[in-house]
Amino acid sequence: MGDVALLAAAGEVGGDFFKERDSDSLPCQAQPDHLFCFDWAQENIDRYGTPTLQHFEIVALSLLFGFAVAFALALLAHRNRWLRPPLLAGTGVLYTIPSVAFFFLLLPITGRGRDTAIIVLAAYTLQIIYRNTMVGLANVPDAAKTAARGMGMSERQVLWRIELPLAVPEIVAGLRIASLSTMAIATFAVFIAREGLGTQIYGQGNLTFPTSIIIAAAIVIAMALAIDAILLSVQRLLTPWRRARPA
Amino acid sequence: MSAFQLPLASFGGAIEFIFTPQSSNVTGGEKVGGFDQVVELTLKQLEVTLLALALALVVALPLGLYLGHKGKGELLLVGLANAGRAIPELALIALVAAVIGVGLLNLTPALAVLGIPPILTNAFVGVRQVDQATIDAARGMGMSELEIIRKVELPLALPTLMGGVRLAMIAIVATATIAPLAGVESLGDFILNESVYGSDGVLAGAILIALLALALEGALALLQRRLTSDGLKLKTS
Amino acid sequence: MRIDKTRWRALLAVLAALALTLGIAACGDSDDSTTSGSTEGGDAAGAIQSNPDNGKVTLTIGSKNFPEQEILGEIYAQALAAAGYKVKSALNLGSETVALKSLKTGQISGYPEYASTALTSFFGLEPEEVPADAAEAWEKANTEFEKEDLQAFEPTPFASANAVGTTKETADEYGLKTVSDLEGVSEKLSLYGSPECRQRIDCLAGLEKLYGLKFKSFTPVDISLRYTVLEKGQADLSILFTTDPQLSAESDKFVILEDDKEVFPAGNVIFVTRKAVAEEAGPDFEETILKVQEGLTLEVMQELDARVELEKETPEEAAKAYLESAGYVG
Repeated sequence: MGDVALLAAAGEVGGDFFKERDSDSLPCQAQPDHLFCFDWAQENIDRYGTPTLQHFEIVALSLLFGFAVAFALALLAHRNRWLRPPLLAGTGVLYTIPSVAFFFLLLPITGRGRDTAIIVLAAYTLQIIYRNTMVGLANVPDAAKTAARGMGMSERQVLWRIELPLAVPEIVAGLRIASLSTMAIATFAVFIAREGLGTQIYGQGNLTFPTSIIIAAAIVIAMALAIDAILLSVQRLLTPWRRARPA
Repeated sequence: MSAFQLPLASFGGAIEFIFTPQSSNVTGGEKVGGFDQVVELTLKQLEVTLLALALALVVALPLGLYLGHKGKGELLLVGLANAGRAIPELALIALVAAVIGVGLLNLTPALAVLGIPPILTNAFVGVRQVDQATIDAARGMGMSELEIIRKVELPLALPTLMGGVRLAMIAIVATATIAPLAGVESLGDFILNESVYGSDGVLAGAILIALLALALEGALALLQRRLTSDGLKLKTS
Repeated sequence: MRIDKTRWRALLAVLAALALTLGIAACGDSDDSTTSGSTEGGDAAGAIQSNPDNGKVTLTIGSKNFPEQEILGEIYAQALAAAGYKVKSALNLGSETVALKSLKTGQISGYPEYASTALTSFFGLEPEEVPADAAEAWEKANTEFEKEDLQAFEPTPFASANAVGTTKETADEYGLKTVSDLEGVSEKLSLYGSPECRQRIDCLAGLEKLYGLKFKSFTPVDISLRYTVLEKGQADLSILFTTDPQLSAESDKFVILEDDKEVFPAGNVIFVTRKAVAEEAGPDFEETILKVQEGLTLEVMQELDARVELEKETPEEAAKAYLESAGYVG
C-alpha cells in the first residue's frame, strides 16, 4: 500500500509561483494585437516536432496509397475503355466531397484516428493522379508504339518499356499537384485525429495565437515545396532524354 | 453482419435528424435539427460560398484575361497556381479569426483568396490556347483589343475557364465547411458541435455538405457544357 | 527510347525502402500520448509515492475543450503516473456531453467536471436548485452519477462559473454593473458565446428565460475566441469564465457583470469516473486525485490559467510546474 500521509505543508505552492501581470507588462504572445513573437517562437520551436512528423507520415502514406490505387485504376482503364467514364466520374466525386465532411461520413465505419484521415486524403488524390496518368498514356505517339510492336514487343512490354516511361512527366506532374494539396489538407486531420500540424492551429487555444498558426502554416508550405522539389528531381531522373516541362 | 448494422443504424439516425427536430443532448435546451434548420444553414453556407466565388471572379477573371491576351506572366501564374494549392485552409481561417476578426465581412475575402489562383491560371491558359489565326482575323476585321478579349478570346476560353471556376468552387465550399470557426454559420456547425447536435447531427451534417458540394459541382459542370460553343465541344474531352 | 534498366531498379529500390521505413514508423505510433510514471517517490512531505501494484492498471484521463480543463487533466494524469499507474491522456475531447459519452463508452477512465455543469446540464436542475455549498453540490451530483454506475470524487477548493463579460467602455456607456442592468439595453447588444450556450440554462437559455433578456443577436464562436471578439469590437457581450486570467491581467479592459439573479452557479471541479474503473484501480486512484487537487485554490488555478492562456505554455508544462512547486512530485 502506498503511503500517502498528508502533512500540513502538502499542497501549497511555493511563494515564487505567482507572477505579476498587468496590461503593460504582458509578454508578446499575450498581447491581443500581436502578429508574430520571435522570442516565443525560438523558445518553443520543439513543440512542433511531433506534429510535423505526424503530418509528414500522414501525407506520405496518403500519397503512397492514393498513387498505388490511382495508378492501378489507370492501367485497368488503359486496356478497358468502358471503364474510363465511370472511373473519371467516381474519382471526381471523391475529389468534390469536402474532406472534413468525408472524415465524418467515415466516422461510423472506421472511427476516429489517423486511418480515417489517410483514407480520405488518399481518395482526394485519386482524380488528379488517375487523370494525369491517362493523359500521359494517351499522349504517347502512335509511331513509337507501332515501331515497338514492329520490333516484336508484346503488349505488356510496350506498356512498360514505351508507354509508361513516356507518360512519366504527366504522371509525376499529377503526383506533384496531389502532394501540394494533400500537404495543405492534412491540417484538417485535427478534426478526426489529434495529429498533424492542424493541432497547432486549432487545438489548445491556438485559434487565438497567430504566432503558432503562422509557424504551423510555414512548416506545411515548406514541406510542400520540399516534396515538390524532390518529385521534380525524380521526374528528371526518370526522363533523361528530355527536359522536364513545367507543371 | 453486425459490422454493417452499426453504420446503417447511424445513417438512419442522421436521416431522421435532417427531417425532424430532435431534443438536444444538453437538457433544458431547444430542439435541434429538423428541416427548417437544415435549410437555414444550407442557405448560410451557400451565401458565403457564392459571395466568395463572385469576389474571386471579379478579381481574377479580368486579370487573367488581360494577362493571357498580352501573353505575360506565365511563369508567375504557374507558380501561383501551385502555391494556391499549398495554402493550408485551416490556417487561413484561423488567422482571419485571430487577427482580422470573425464574421461574414472578414471571412469572405479570405475564402475568395482561395478561389483566385485556379480562376486566374485557367483564364490565362484558356486565352493562351486560342488560335492565333483567329485573333489575327479579328484584328484584321478592325476589332479593338477590348473587343477581341470580349468577343473572341473569352468565349473560346470559357471551357477552360469554367474548369478553373469549378476548382475554385470546390476549394471554397470545402473551407466554408469550417466557417463556424470564424463566426460564420454554415452546415459545418452540425459537424463541429457534436455536443449540441449529437452524433446524428454530425453525420447528417457530413451527408448534407457532401450533397451540397456535389450539387454545386454538377450545376457548374452543366453550365460549362451549355457555355461551350458547339465547335469546341468536339475538342474538349 | 528505352529507360535504363539500372535507373528504374535503383528508383524502385529507393521508393520501396522509403515505403518500408514509413510503414514501420506509422505502425510504431500510438494515438494518445503516454505519460511515463516516475518511480521516484521522494522524501519530501506530501510527495506522491509510487506503488508498483498500480502499474498493472492503465488509465486514460480525458478533459473538456478549454485550457483550464486541459490543465486539470494534465495535473491528474501526471499525478497518477507518479503514483505508478500507466497513464494515457485524451484531452480536448469536446464539451460536457461528449466527455460524458466518452466516459460511459469506456474511451476514457475519468475526467474533471464542474459540479454545477453536471447538475444543470446532465441532471436537468434549475440554477436555483444548485447548492451554493461545494460539498452539498458534490453530494447531489454524486447521488445522480451513482444511478448510472458512475462516481464523482470530492471537489477542488476553487470554483468557476460562466459570466457575462464586456469591455470597460461598453459597461461605462450603458452603466452596466449587474446582468439585470441589461434590461432594456440588451436588444441593442450582440452576444457571443460557445455553440452549446444556446441550450444551456447557465448560459443563453438562462439569460433568456430567467433574466428575461433578448439580445440583438447571438453568434456562436469557439470558446478560445471569447476575448478576441470583445477586443475586435465585434461582440458587445461575451460569455467568459470567472477564473479567466485576462480578468486580472487586463482588468482595465474587461469586466464581468454581477450575476444578481444567480443564474450562473459556480461549480467546483469533481473528478468523474466509472465505479468499475475505481474498483479496479484501487484506493490510490481516488487518494492521489484528492491529494493533488488540494493545492488548487482560486489563485493557483488563475495562475495556471494565465500561464497557458496568456503566456502560451502547454497545459503539460503548467501542470508540471504546479506539481513540482507544491511538492507533489520531485
